[in-house]
Amino acid sequence: MLSLSLTGLKLKNPLILAAGIMGTTGGSLKRATEGGAGGVVTKSIGVEPKSGHSNPSMVEVDCGYMNAMGLPNPSYKNFQKEIDLARECGVPVIASIFGANADEFSEIAGTLHADAFELNVSCPHACGYGAQVGSDPALVEEITKSVKSATTAPVWVKLTPNVTDIKSIGLAAQRGGADAVVAINTVRAMAIDIESGYPILGNKFGGLSGKAIKPIAIKCVYDLYEALQIPVIGVGGISDWKDAVEFMMAGARAVQIGSAVGNNINIFNDISSCMEAFLEDKVWTLDDLYGMAHKK
Amino acid sequence: MRPVNAVITKVVEEAPNIRTFFFDTSFKLIPGQFVMVWIRGIDEVPMAFSYDNAITVQKVGPATSALFELDECDSIGIRGPFGKGFDIKTGHLILVAGGVGAAPLAPLAENAAMSGAKITALLGAKTKDELLFRERFEAVGEVRIATDDGSEGKQGYVTQLLEDEKNYDQIYCCGPEIMMKKVLDKVTPSKSQFSLHRYIKCGLGICGACCVDGLRVCKDGPVFSGDVLKKTEFGVYRRNECGERVKI
Repeated sequence: MLSLSLTGLKLKNPLILAAGIMGTTGGSLKRATEGGAGGVVTKSIGVEPKSGHSNPSMVEVDCGYMNAMGLPNPSYKNFQKEIDLARECGVPVIASIFGANADEFSEIAGTLHADAFELNVSCPHACGYGAQVGSDPALVEEITKSVKSATTAPVWVKLTPNVTDIKSIGLAAQRGGADAVVAINTVRAMAIDIESGYPILGNKFGGLSGKAIKPIAIKCVYDLYEALQIPVIGVGGISDWKDAVEFMMAGARAVQIGSAVGNNINIFNDISSCMEAFLEDKVWTLDDLYGMAHKK
Repeated sequence: MRPVNAVITKVVEEAPNIRTFFFDTSFKLIPGQFVMVWIRGIDEVPMAFSYDNAITVQKVGPATSALFELDECDSIGIRGPFGKGFDIKTGHLILVAGGVGAAPLAPLAENAAMSGAKITALLGAKTKDELLFRERFEAVGEVRIATDDGSEGKQGYVTQLLEDEKNYDQIYCCGPEIMMKKVLDKVTPSKSQFSLHRYIKCGLGICGACCVDGLRVCKDGPVFSGDVLKKTEFGVYRRNECGERVKI
């Protein structure tokens, strides 16, 4: 009842593990699939091994979580075996990748084997990467185009909300040939320790995730749905089935779940069964939910 | 939670390069649970509590070196407690400690003894001076010692002391991973618990940096039952800060 085809991938449900969550080892990706995920996105992988920012790299705040991991990753050269291990579970494994320019992105996408690629042009706290690349429509278009020519796998582009007009970046990704966009990455944020005056995160600032950003993400998804022809995948602050339904009504074809996995790794199973019950009760299908708010 | 400000009230030199830092704040935690200790401006690292208001630290890298620069009246930030601690059983409990691994086992011994368990502590260290919390273990049970150089107790590894121990209800172990793996190979896995150490980033079970296969050391652990670890990469390899596999 919840199965769907998304950019050519067959998903048993529209609930995907978000990038950067339990995504460093094949074993942890596998565990998310056991928790019911319809697809899993890996930790963002770059050209060279990177140890990330110094700790604290994540802290819980009143309304969510703030993080500045700093793109720690073992490089694509050391990552294929983790993807292969995760793929044994039979659910699509999407490799999140990042680079400083089109050449780095396409080098990775041309070598790594995954069911799809998600381009991280949206991490808010990595100098020279992520949102610094993803705030420029011309760069996003160029990177998407070069990745599309380097691989036959579907390409998703993950967008940052830290721009004046997210639609212009979504349109750039679409012009570059993206198969879908993913919205949103974390919202730039900061917290300061009042005992000492030190910014809490090792990187001083980072990105906010969790409950606080859901209304921001819903609006971004709503706008992107109107502007684009390609599917929008919603992410940002989903912690129960109602949140997932809301994203779909805003126009998300599927959703990704991140921070909420920390306290409940079986959240995908929990949301699936509640969504099924809700659809049965309403006598609706997934297609009915899709973009429902735009018809009102 | 945001880091809680903890002021250092006393520093005790336990052994060369091992110090206990007492704080003005107590934490309610189960032995084996950990906290993230933030040395402001430097780093934040996971530490086990050795008392309900103290951590015992070995100087090993930049973060712990910076911590060793701190004295009474200085303060640090503490988040936690996090993770699952030891499941404290009754009957005859054997505690196997390697070096600073005695830190979470000392409060465990005291708690268990208070509820009537019989305690045998096997303490291992490179040399006599590095034996940690010997008096605390002696106060609540029997202590047997092994040192690499033979300066105290049996010369050799603490794992050799295990060979004489046939009757036990549960084994608790904390120390270098090579030593813990040797212990796991010698005991009944379902009757053993191990406190693991991994590079921890978020401490919240979200990022996955500390995963041993699919097990999150910061959330599902740091204490795991031996039978859970038996089929994993425990004792084989760990991951560095980048997530690369590194042989143990």
